[in-house]
Amino acid sequence: MKLKKLMALALSGVMAVSVLAGCGSGGTKGSGDSGDKQAVGDASKGSVYYLNFKPEQDEAWQKLAKTYTEETGIEATVVTAASGNYETTLMSEMGKSGAPTLFQVNGPVGLANWKDYCYDLSGTEVYSQLTSDSYALKDGDVVHGIAYVIESYGIIVNKALLDKAGYSIDDIKSFDDLKKISEDITARSAELGFAAFTSAGMDGSSDWRFKTHLANLPIYFEYQDEGIGSTDAIKGTYLDNYRNIWDLYINNSTCAPKELAAKTGDDSRNEFLDQKAVFFQNGSWEYANLVGDGKFTDDDLAMIPIYIGAGDEASQGLCTGTENYWCVNSQADENDIAATLDFINWCVTSEQGTKAMSEDMGFVIPFKQAQESPNLFVKQDAEMTEAGKTPVSWNFTTMPSEEWKNGVGSALTAYAADQSDANWDAVVSAFVDGWATEYQLANG
Amino acid sequence: MEKALKRYSPFFVLPTLLAFLIGFVIPFAEGLYLSFCQFTTVGNAKWVGLSNYKKIFSDASFIHSFKFTVAFAVVAIILINVIAFGLALLLTRNLRGTNVFRTVFFMPNLIGGIVLGYIWQILINCVLAQVAQPLLALNSSAGYWGLIILMCWQQVGYMMIIYIAGLQNIPDDLIEAASIDGASSWTTLWRVKLPMVMPSITICVFLTLTNSFKLFDQNLALTGGDPNHFTEMLALNIYQTFYARAGMQWKGLGQAKAVLFCLLVIVISVLQLRATRSKEVQQ
Repeated sequence: MKLKKLMALALSGVMAVSVLAGCGSGGTKGSGDSGDKQAVGDASKGSVYYLNFKPEQDEAWQKLAKTYTEETGIEATVVTAASGNYETTLMSEMGKSGAPTLFQVNGPVGLANWKDYCYDLSGTEVYSQLTSDSYALKDGDVVHGIAYVIESYGIIVNKALLDKAGYSIDDIKSFDDLKKISEDITARSAELGFAAFTSAGMDGSSDWRFKTHLANLPIYFEYQDEGIGSTDAIKGTYLDNYRNIWDLYINNSTCAPKELAAKTGDDSRNEFLDQKAVFFQNGSWEYANLVGDGKFTDDDLAMIPIYIGAGDEASQGLCTGTENYWCVNSQADENDIAATLDFINWCVTSEQGTKAMSEDMGFVIPFKQAQESPNLFVKQDAEMTEAGKTPVSWNFTTMPSEEWKNGVGSALTAYAADQSDANWDAVVSAFVDGWATEYQLANG
Repeated sequence: MEKALKRYSPFFVLPTLLAFLIGFVIPFAEGLYLSFCQFTTVGNAKWVGLSNYKKIFSDASFIHSFKFTVAFAVVAIILINVIAFGLALLLTRNLRGTNVFRTVFFMPNLIGGIVLGYIWQILINCVLAQVAQPLLALNSSAGYWGLIILMCWQQVGYMMIIYIAGLQNIPDDLIEAASIDGASSWTTLWRVKLPMVMPSITICVFLTLTNSFKLFDQNLALTGGDPNHFTEMLALNIYQTFYARAGMQWKGLGQAKAVLFCLLVIVISVLQLRATRSKEVQQ
């Protein structure tokens, strides 16, 4: 009898464990709770189900979808995937009936997964609204996706601190200037009370700034030299420049290079907000986090290009491009496809749509009817382009895989902790050899 | 009464059976089918036969993570069970505050794996920074021992409760008889108590074994496989196969790995159950 009791106890134990395990592993699905909500409106009118990638803009999208439904009577549902879980959410949602009619891919590599699901957008109204054909994700004449937001990144500067150190942004015109000023600030950091760069954290919340965004620069200059837009094997011509800028970031930072392995994106931002560093590599999407009550005003900040000592630095602009492409689900119901095309067209042409996208979401959209965005960094990008500078395009969308980025990231972290030539060779190997291997694995 | 129960039993079993079918049997069968396919979403899979399985064995990362998982499991099972049994012995001695200690040791079990992983990541990184060692992301041995410490901390309390129940079930007359016969407390432990708690040992070893093999959340949160996939265990390796690369060929491969993984866990745990069951004694 006692044994039986024990068994019962043990079994209930097993059950409890599996319940707990269930909580632990399956915790993060969409942040919107309307995941399975089906369109209730008139079926012949079709409906829209948008699986949104950007959690920051969730609220604005919900509002815009509601406005659209009120205005046209067509059901529009927006569900936002939790940060970092877009692919997983998309995969499971696409397998269902009532799959998303509108989703996004991050460029040519992301497209590889979803090609069979992309409706050909050539000849659609929304495609004709694009300001430039380069914002379309094309394969021959087939348009698989169209960019809906253009973003810029560079080095965000705290002008007041730079002034305190005795410089202005006009003094920074090249990598050499940047190096000279940063090293001067580091030398006087005890007296000044701040560092040159915020921590270049290699935690997962921050490492994309370096393994992806910063790595874009050597790739961009190599592509420029070769006159290509993608490659199956990178040469790494500008990796020495990559090393120089990385050295500059890690050795003139708020913390010891060894500690970078655990620093997060929030750490870096908070250091910048707390006036502990002058420079902060990030993009126009950070604007809302930096400007506001108790934070900075537009006058305090500026964004400068990331100079790495390559190409024509005098005419180098910000890194401007997109990794957000809208795709329409070709396997959805015909009415739903039509409704979705109408919806995105409305978003980028109507008064409410363009206003919501520029003001509420802070986007610059590459469409003819776009309204001006209040985002300072975006305005600066426009000014620089106006002044004849060439924006650096986003070539990291051609990186062969996530795995490649992780490999480079790991090697960069190891190098930051111990800056030996051997460790840099590991970065080069992850960059060059890793590219060839990963390209083969993805396309072989 | 008995007859009525028999007659209605299918009716009573039905809800559970349905849940079992929908929640386990059907997905499992579909998963098995998908492991022979290439697919992007589960809805449109293309049959490719055994090629996914062939690829597994040329995948060095899978073999490495298998070895790492085994190395982890062996140490974790031994440590967790030894410590849990030791605590159970201590806490069945009618000491003052026994209940408080039992609660304290059990607590970590109530926190989810991801949260625990991040908490321990901060703790371990702080310690490593203090002693000027490379941080977790660069330190494979710290990653390994960190995982073991984390798992011990989380599971010891739970196993302890099961052992306590087992120890309290030993009839007092047996212990008394042993002491009258002149057995030392050490002999009593080895010859009386251990054989009597064999059922608990079976359960605890089974739980720790399967938990160690299936470990995912803690692995993801604590090390994320760093440095360079060294601390990547099987479940995380499967996850990475699915999501770290684009292209439909990886999904099928991930699925095949998952099926193989499942079989592996079943085979190992059945072997373990047999081995420990055979040592159990009837009272």
